[in-house]
Formats: sequence, C-alpha cells, structure tokens
Amino acid sequence: MRAFKLLITFMAAASVQAGEGSGYVALEGRYFFQEALDPRQEDTAFSVSAEPEDYHEWSDGRQSITFKPFGRVDQHDDQRTHFDLRELQWTYAGAGWETIVGVSKVYWGVTEAYHLVDIINQTDLVENPDGEQKLGQPMVKYSMEKPWGVLDLFVLPGFRERTYPGESGRIRTHPRVDVDQAEYESGAGKKRTDLALRWSHYLGDWDVGLAHFHGTGREPILYLGLDGNEPVLTPFYEQIDQTSVDVQATKGEWLWKFEGLYRSGMLEEFFAATGGFEYTRVGILQTDNDLGMLAEVMWDERGDDASTPFNNDLFLGLRWTANDEQSTELLTGVIFDWKTESKLFNLEASRRLGQDYKLTVQARGWIDISADDVLLPLNHDDYLQVELARYF
Amino acid sequence: MKKLLLLLLLTSFIVIAHAETAEEKGLAIATEADLRDKGFGDFRAIMTMLLRNKQGEESLRHMKTRVLEVADDGDKTLIVFDQPRDVKGTALLTFSHKVGDDDQWLYLPALKRVKRIASRNKSGPFMGSEFAYEDLASQEIEKYTYKYIRDDQLNGQDVFVMERYPVDKNSGYTRQLVWLDKAEYRPQKIEFYDRKKSLLKTLVFQGYQQYLEKYWRADKMFMENHQTGKSTLLTWKEYNFRTGLQDSDFTKNSLKRAR
Repeated sequence: MRAFKLLITFMAAASVQAGEGSGYVALEGRYFFQEALDPRQEDTAFSVSAEPEDYHEWSDGRQSITFKPFGRVDQHDDQRTHFDLRELQWTYAGAGWETIVGVSKVYWGVTEAYHLVDIINQTDLVENPDGEQKLGQPMVKYSMEKPWGVLDLFVLPGFRERTYPGESGRIRTHPRVDVDQAEYESGAGKKRTDLALRWSHYLGDWDVGLAHFHGTGREPILYLGLDGNEPVLTPFYEQIDQTSVDVQATKGEWLWKFEGLYRSGMLEEFFAATGGFEYTRVGILQTDNDLGMLAEVMWDERGDDASTPFNNDLFLGLRWTANDEQSTELLTGVIFDWKTESKLFNLEASRRLGQDYKLTVQARGWIDISADDVLLPLNHDDYLQVELARYF
Repeated sequence: MKKLLLLLLLTSFIVIAHAETAEEKGLAIATEADLRDKGFGDFRAIMTMLLRNKQGEESLRHMKTRVLEVADDGDKTLIVFDQPRDVKGTALLTFSHKVGDDDQWLYLPALKRVKRIASRNKSGPFMGSEFAYEDLASQEIEKYTYKYIRDDQLNGQDVFVMERYPVDKNSGYTRQLVWLDKAEYRPQKIEFYDRKKSLLKTLVFQGYQQYLEKYWRADKMFMENHQTGKSTLLTWKEYNFRTGLQDSDFTKNSLKRAR
C-alpha cells in the first residue's frame, strides 16, 4: 500500500516536471509464466517510470545544458525502485571540436543482439535484461574532428555499480546479487578515475572505430557470499584494460557488422567477438513494409567460464518495419548456444497510439537452459511485458 | 560561294535538328533549373507534415532541417525530429551523391546510438508520410534522364511539361511527369508513376517565395496518393539562407548535438 502511494506521488511529480520540457511517463506491467523459484518473488509486477528532460541552448546552439533524471517505482522490488541522473551535461562545441562536462551517456558499437564493445556507461540491469539501459556516467569528454577521423578522449571520474534485481525481483540469479557487498580491486573503490580513448572514421561504405579503456571493469565477477544467514552473490570489480574494434560495411541492402575486443585484468585475459549481417528487403510484396533478416555470431574465448552467457551463440532475427503513421515495428529472434543448446527467445514490438502515446510489448523466454549456462536461474522467468508511455 | 552557303545551311539544319531532340531539350530545361538554384550556400528551415488517411484521421510531424550545398556533389542534409514526441531528438544525416548510393546515418537518442543505415531504402515512406525519401532528397541532374513533352498552361502560367526517369534501379518510380513554369523554372506539379507504370501520387507546389532575390522555395507541398487515398501536406517555415553552416555542422557528432 505504501509503495502504491509512492507510485501515485511519483507519477504526479513526474508529470508536472515533464510538462515544462519533454520526456515521458510510463506504466509497465510484467507477467511471469512460471512460478517463481523463491517464495519472496511475485508472478505479476506493475511499475511506473518517468524520464523528463530539460534542455537549454545558447550562443547559436554552440553551448547547451541537458538535464535528464530518470526514476522508477516498482510494486515489489526495492532494487528496481530506483532513481538515476541519466544526464546533466554542459556541451560546448566549435568547428571541429566538442567538449562535454557532466553526467552523460556514450554508445559504442554496431551489432544488434549483444553490445560487446560498449563500455563507458554501466548497465542499469534492473531496467531490462537486454542490458540496453544505462546509468549516467560522470565524464569530461573532448572530441576532435579531423580529416583523418574523430578522436574522443574521456576522463571518467567515479564508478557506477551495476544494478541487480532485489530479493522480490524477477529475472535474477539464485541466490540473488547483494549489491551492498560490492568489492573492488582498486583501493580507491568507486572513487577511481578511469580513462578511455576512441578513434572513429568513415571511408565510403565503411565505418570503423578503435578504442581503448583503462579502468574499473563494468562487468563484475560474482562470488558466493553471505548476507546474514542467506547465501548471496557479491560483485567484485577488477581493474581492466580493454582494446576494441567495431566495423560496419554498408553494402546496399546488406549491413556487415563486427565487434571484437581483448580484455586483460588481474583474474583473466581473453578475446571476444561478435559479428554478422542485417539484410533488408524494402517495400516487400509491393507494400510499404520492410523486412530485415539478422544473423550474428557471439564468441568468447573463455567459453563456459565466461561471465557473459553469449560465449558460443548464434542470433537469428527478423525485423519488420511497417513504415506506417504509427511507426509500427517488431524485432523478434532467438539466441542459440551451440554448445549447451540453451535458447533465449526474444520479441519486442512497438506502436504509437494517437500523437503522444506509445505502446511497447516485450516477451522473453529462456528455453532448455543447460545446467552449465549462467542463464540457468532465468529458466523460470519467462515473461511478457507491456508498457504504455505518454510523451510530452 | 554556293558550296559555302549549302554547308552553312546544312550545319544550321543539323543544329536545329539536334536542338529539337526531346531528350536534349528535357536535359536543357533541367540544367537551367539546376543552374538557377546554384550558389545558395546553406539554409535552415522548419518542416511540418500533416498526414491524413482515407478516413480523414490526421497526425502531425514537426522537424528542423539544415542543408549545405556541396560544390561538385549532392547536398548534405540534417533533419531533426521534434514531433511526434516519442521520436523527439531523432536525427537523420544524409550525404547525397550525384552518382551511386547516398551515405546516411540515423541518431537514436534513447540509446545515444548513431547507426549507419542502408540508403537504398529511398522508395520507402518518410516518417509514415506520402513523401518517399527520394522525393525529399537533393535533386541532382544526374539522378534522372529527361524527355521534353510539350508546352502547356497550368493555372494561367506558361509551363514546360517533361518526363524524367530515375537512373537508380532502387527508385520506386518508373517515371515522373513534371510541370515547370517557363518564367522561373520552378516545379509546379509532379506526377509519380510506380513500378507497374500506373499513376501513384501527385505533388503540387504552392506559395513560392523568393529568397536572397534569387532562390525560389515553395511554402507548401501537397502530396496525394491516388492508390491509397492518403495525403500529406508539407509546410515549410522560417527559411534562412546563408546562416554560416559548414562541414563540421554535418558530422556524426553534430548529429548527436542537433536539436
């Protein structure tokens, strides 16, 4: 009941704030098809989220300030109920250079199923198991645009810990991850300043990026521990060096994509790669519809010891774009582990309703998850998620 | 002397015969129209699209556009969406080329991701409207072959009527019938014929305004689809020419900054 009151208050506050700038307020429902493994978990969950945005620019758009907080209140999961400053940044740009100071978000990479080389921002995992939602990262970014490409320099003061569902949250490990017991290789812990460098360029049909990251790894290693008498997993963040490459070749209807990295740290050193293609048939059957076929391979040198489930996997997907007034879209696919034969089924569809609403449906199912697979606990978390968002 | 006269007569006859080729005359008209629009440098404008379906239901698109003229190639264009609200901040960067595929990048603000996209999708609808990407792309001479059809009158104006045929195999059209006024070489009306050679759409230009005492731009472009009964009214506002845009305003970084 208290959570419900909080929901209402938050919703009201969010809509008032959003009215001044832009952004959205959304209502989300999740239904889980199987009974939870842990009696503290529930089979249905409602939540409300909001992401208002305030933007001001001056000196002919050369300078701007963006303020974008995010918040979610979840009916059951106290970890999924969370607030985050997605962006609070000052941007100053001139001819051929750009500076960003503040909390911001940066995306690297080209592939669709697994975002391997993207590392600047920590994953906000409680938001969505697909890992596409990110926490705001404090940074100073300086960018140079030269005839030989774009060079981005990053100084990243302060580390953001990955979020994990709490004891009553679904789509989690068993035992749960206790984020309060996070430990670091670096004595500076969360206060360490990380560095990164990226060169990117395009030549004709080719877009290329080369990057190096030096600092606290975003992906923790999980150790078995105790919270009182309850067994839990505790995250350990090591110091890493990661060199990565991402390439896309755009050849007519074919997009060829590759991401690869070499990561070294105290505990492991390995290569990982993902790549494949997206082939799009436009205007199929003499309609406005586009149909895309996607295939990507995911490989990790660590094999079954990898901290990621995407170690020996193949993604096959279909993307349907209706090109209608409501921007109806659907992306569906399966990620198949050819060693363990585990399968992850995925569907995402969205459609605008009227001028200001958007309906999004997601469904995920973990099928035949083998006992060796890190996804094993999710075998009982197949779900359908429906979200209705109101944009301002 | 007689011989020379004959030769002169013969050459002038050849010249006349040559000038009278319908393809040559079509190209000459297109070249003149292109020449009259050269040297604008850059411009910024606001575009509004009112989409209406067969049932009369309407939806609105609102976007900003920036265009940079490129001397020996197609223009650079940046379009930033403002409405519908769920795509606010989404931006499209196009480097059009006279020959071959354009280069195109799409910025998705929710993920902060810049995606290089397949520009072959030129026949597809732009934001669910009746305008295809190729209808809005920079109109380079090399993108069509031409054929002059006849002189005519349209709404009291003397016009050239000509056909043009897209060079690109990925175009959604087999031909376009274009009405250009003789006074200023401005397109007044275009009929689009689909791959089955039947009439698909008609575009009508309204409210031409002259900028910098040279460049003509239509305030309104009305596209009607005869096969679906849908229509789109594209309104241009706040045209500003020579605003000092440069190459650095048309990069992947500027795509992320654009509002």
